[in-house]
Parts: sequence; C-alpha cells; structure tokens
Amino acid sequence: MRKDRPCILRVEDVTMQFGGVVAVNNFSMEEYEGEIVAIIGPNGAGKTTAFNVITGVYAPTNGRVSFNGAPVIENFPRGKMKKAYLGENAGKYTRVMEPTPDRLTALGMARTFQNIRLWKSMTVFDNVLIAKHLKRTSNLFSATFGMNRAEEKQQREEADALIETVGLADVRDDLATSLPYGKQRRLEIARALATEPVLLLLDEPAAGMNPQETVELTRFIGEIRDSFHVSILLIEHHMDLVMDISERIYVLDFGSMIASGTPAEIQANEKVIDAYLGVTDDA
Amino acid sequence: MRIAKTPEESRFISWVSFFAVLIFLGVVLLLDQLIKPTSSMYMLLTVLQKGSVYALAAVSMNLLNGYTGLFSLGHAGFMLIGAYTYAIFTIPSTSRDTVYQYYDAAVRFSFPEAFSKAMGPAGTALGVCVAVILAGLLAAFFAWLIGLPVLRLKSDYLAIATLGFAEIIRAVCQWQKLGPVTNGSNLLKSFARTSKFKVALGGMKLTLSTFVPVLIATLSVILIVKLINSTYGRAFKAIRDDEVAAEAMGVNLARHKMISFTVSSFFAGVAGAMMAMVLSIAQASNFKSAMTYEILLMVVLGGIGSTSGSVIGSFLFVAASEWWLRGLDSGSFLGIEAPNIFRNGFRLVVFSVIIMIVVLFFRQGIMGEREISDLILARRRKRKGASK
Repeated sequence: MRKDRPCILRVEDVTMQFGGVVAVNNFSMEEYEGEIVAIIGPNGAGKTTAFNVITGVYAPTNGRVSFNGAPVIENFPRGKMKKAYLGENAGKYTRVMEPTPDRLTALGMARTFQNIRLWKSMTVFDNVLIAKHLKRTSNLFSATFGMNRAEEKQQREEADALIETVGLADVRDDLATSLPYGKQRRLEIARALATEPVLLLLDEPAAGMNPQETVELTRFIGEIRDSFHVSILLIEHHMDLVMDISERIYVLDFGSMIASGTPAEIQANEKVIDAYLGVTDDA
Repeated sequence: MRIAKTPEESRFISWVSFFAVLIFLGVVLLLDQLIKPTSSMYMLLTVLQKGSVYALAAVSMNLLNGYTGLFSLGHAGFMLIGAYTYAIFTIPSTSRDTVYQYYDAAVRFSFPEAFSKAMGPAGTALGVCVAVILAGLLAAFFAWLIGLPVLRLKSDYLAIATLGFAEIIRAVCQWQKLGPVTNGSNLLKSFARTSKFKVALGGMKLTLSTFVPVLIATLSVILIVKLINSTYGRAFKAIRDDEVAAEAMGVNLARHKMISFTVSSFFAGVAGAMMAMVLSIAQASNFKSAMTYEILLMVVLGGIGSTSGSVIGSFLFVAASEWWLRGLDSGSFLGIEAPNIFRNGFRLVVFSVIIMIVVLFFRQGIMGEREISDLILARRRKRKGASK
C-alpha cells in the first residue's frame, strides 16, 4: 500500500439497494496515487454495480465516494428507501451529491466498459478525438465559425500521439468496429486516456481475450500506469492478470467485502478460496 | 462509409465546395433574371424556391434525427413559429388593418419599415434579415422551453412528445384569444415576400425572388455543416452512436441534446420564415404534422446522417411532386393522354409507389451516410492511384 501518497479514491460505506435487493452492501475501499487495485468476486457479487456507483451511473442508496480528496458522490436513504433500507450506517450521511458520469469524467475519472462500447460508425481516430471534446475551451459559436483552429489542431495532434502510443497507428482510419477484439479493448483504453484522467477504471479488460492477448494486456496496463501517471482500478475475472499486476485486491461476495489485501494475502485467504474458487467438498 | 480525409484533401474539398456554391448561386441569380413568370420554365424557379425551403428544413431535421440520434417530430411546429414571427414583423402598417380584419392588431411594428425609415432601401433588406433571424431565435426559444421536459425522453417517446407539442403550438396559434397577434385561424398576408424582392443596380433591375431564399438556405446549410464538422458535431455523433459511452467520456448529455435541439429548431424557424416569404401567406393550418412527415421523408430518401443527401432528397421530392408528376393529375403524362386515369389524386398514388421503391431498394437512402465530398474524393483517389 502506498499510504505515503495522496488518496485518489475513497469509497465509504457504499450500499446500493435495488428494491429489496442489496447489490452492494457497505463497501469501503481506498486507492492511493499510482496504485493498481483490483476488485474481484464471483459472478453477481456486485463488482460492476460498485463500479457504476463510483463512475456515477447509479446514485448509491447510502454512502460516500471521495475523489482526489473531495467528496463527489454522497447519498442517504430517502423517500421510499427510508423505510425499505436494509443496509447499515443509515444515519451517517446527510448530504445528497449525485453527479452525472460526465461531471466525474471532467474531474479526472475515465472508464472502459465490460461489453465494449465504442462509437460504431466512427474511425479509430474519431473515437479518440471525440474524447478530447471534454478538454475544449471553444464554445458553440467559436467552434462553428472555425475560430478555434489552434485548439482543433492541437486536439488532433494529441489524438494522433495517443493512437501512436497505444500502437494503433496502422489502423488509424479504420472503422472502430472492424478491429479485432484485443485492439478494440486497447482503443477503448486509449479513448479513456484521451480525457486525461488521473484514475482509470477498467471493467473486465481481459473479458473474451485469449491467453496471448491477456499477457499483452497485462503488460499494456502496467505501461499505461507508468507513462500516463494514472492510478488504475479494475474488475477482472482472469486470476493470472489480477495476481500479476494489482498491488491490492478487494474481494466481493454477495455484495459484501469479504477480504482485502495483497495478491499473496488474498491467495492464502480461506474465505476467498471458499467463496471465489469454490468450496472443495471433503470427498 | 465516410472517407477519412487527409489535411490536403479537406483543403481541396473546401475549395471545391466554395466554388461550387459560388457557381450555384451565380446560376440561380442568372436564371432569376432570364425566366419570366409567364415562361413555361418558371416551374424550375418554383422548385428552386420551395426546394430550398424544404432543403433547409430537412437538413436541420437531419442535424437532430440523423446526427444526434434524437427522433423528434416537432419540426412543423417550429417552422410555424418562424413563419408567423416573420410574417407578423414584416406586415407594413398600411395593410395591417386589412390583414387583421377581425381583430385589433397588437403588434404595430414592422422591421423593414422601421429600418427603411432610418436607412432607405437598404434598410428594407436589413429589416427582412432581422425578421428572419428573429423567427429563428423565437423558434429556438420555444424549442428550449419544450426541450427542458421533453429531452429526457428517448426514441419513440420523444417523437410522440414533440409531435404533441407541435400540434399544441398550431392549436395555440389558431386560438381566438391570440387573434390580435396571430390573426386567429385566418391567414397572414401582405408581408415582405420573395416575389417583391428586387434590387436596382445601376439602371438595371435585378429580380431576387429565387435568389434570396436560395441564398438564405445555402448560408444556413453551410453553418449547419460547419457545426456538424466541429467538435460539437462530433459529440452529437457520439451521443447518436452510444449515449452511455458519450456520457462516460465527458459529454454532458442534457446540454448537448439541448444544443442540438435548439439549433435544429432555430433553422426550422428560419425555414418557416422562408416558407412564408415564398408562399406569401402564413397560415397555421398548413403546418400540420403531415409537413413534418414530408420533411422526414426527404431526410430518409436522401439518407439519414447525410447533409447532401437531405438537400438532394428535398429538391427531388419537391421537383417530383410539384413539377415532373404534375401531368398525372391533369390528363397527360409523358405524352400519354388518359384523362380518365390521370386525374386528381393519381399523382399521389404514383408518388407513393416511387417512394416505396426507393425505400425498398435504397435502404440507406440515396446517399447513405456519405456526402458528395466523399464521392468526389473517392474518384480523385482512384484517378491519382491510376496515374501513379
């Protein structure tokens, strides 16, 4: 743990309840600058829900998320939820902050998706270039009347540089959806990097990849962390990848965190082995 | 598929389109002088006038439906606001009382009159311009109001809600109580219209009745194209392709949808003003949802997501329905005399069949998602490849 560094992301007591189902229960975690942290857990453990809460897709039922030292998301059981709430820490939070995902991206969070969500009708270059829209200083009129030439040129150069860095220069003008799966994943990461994030959230980056592609991806994620100075939070099923690159791991099962620690600690943890790798019957 | 351009190629295309537009405007200006209203070719000018109105309406609808992926059917309503705004603010004071024969006109102000008092003949032209822009602005303002609740909806729900609002706008315009402003369900007339647009140039009198609407449409379409090619246009396309991804990449959905909706309505308002000046009347009952469907049809025929497609689609549509197929209604078509078959309404039958054929065999519309510039570039590349 890099506790000497500033805390990038702090999740406190986050509970996400849909109707009567508690998808994430009292989840807390921290991530420090420059770390690679993984959230793992069996199918349906609430990993993606936790992810969606952190990135603003869902407003949590209760809890707080702080980013770069300042609280950005906070909620408590209100309205109908007041009675229906099944989680803990009901009275602890009193503010309501429900930013939309684009606000969080503007603050420096960028994510990829479990089932790739590239802009289908556009080229690799355009996919990266659009992500640069966030960094514009031009308004509607200056953009329409072409008074932002310098900015436009700079955005294009930055997008090109990024495409070069992630090794997609040879397919720059191809349709995003015509790329092989591994490259689409890479493009999604490049697109997220174009928003100049400090925290990169990867939702199952190795899903559907073969072992060779997974090895390449593992190296790629490490490189990104070092060359773009980002912290990385990832959800993953591939144990090889998780154990290889993450410095700390949080394990979710049925919405609750059952363990956290270094890969070595997690591998030795009885509860994790039971929950995640399956209980071995004493046959 | 659209072609990714190199910087050299996009420079080439912008020069080509610049000269193409100049030549087009020049030709229209010339035709305007050469073809007299009594000539049998005058239909060509009518098609150019109406076609440019519909072209702008279709392109602005395409901005919303084709580029931003918001399926909205409120276009006729915003065109109505534009037409009425333009008409009300250009009726000269001398004919105001005859127009508002049943009401006491509330708006006693005309831009062309006010400006011409101050600046002479040039003021009249300026007044018309101001009235057109005001028409757009008012349509955009109402779009903003309607957009606040409506843009939270998606796909079909948005279409139904906008359709409903367009009908409400029409009903409100026909409301008796608003008579002093909108003249109730009676038509507005006697305002500045294209058939009166003339300019004296060194002893020569230039007719501008076709040139003015074509010029306004051209300038507006250029602005829309510039917007589509800007960083905002790219964000619109991102919303169309994948809203969730767009939002995650920092595109503020509510804001960008609103921008697209109001800009689209602004130009719908301008198109409405043009329609008023071309038809020289403005009546709310003309702006029914059928008009929206007509425009939608032009967009679909031209190709959803292609600006040049929308323009081509609208001119073809107008030319076919107003000119080429006219004979089907009046007895003789392509030299065939059959007054018993070719009578009122038969044109619409043939027209519907043609549209069905186009939709069946050109699923993507005439242009698909391509622009004319893509076709030119593809040919240019081929030629260059061959010469090497």
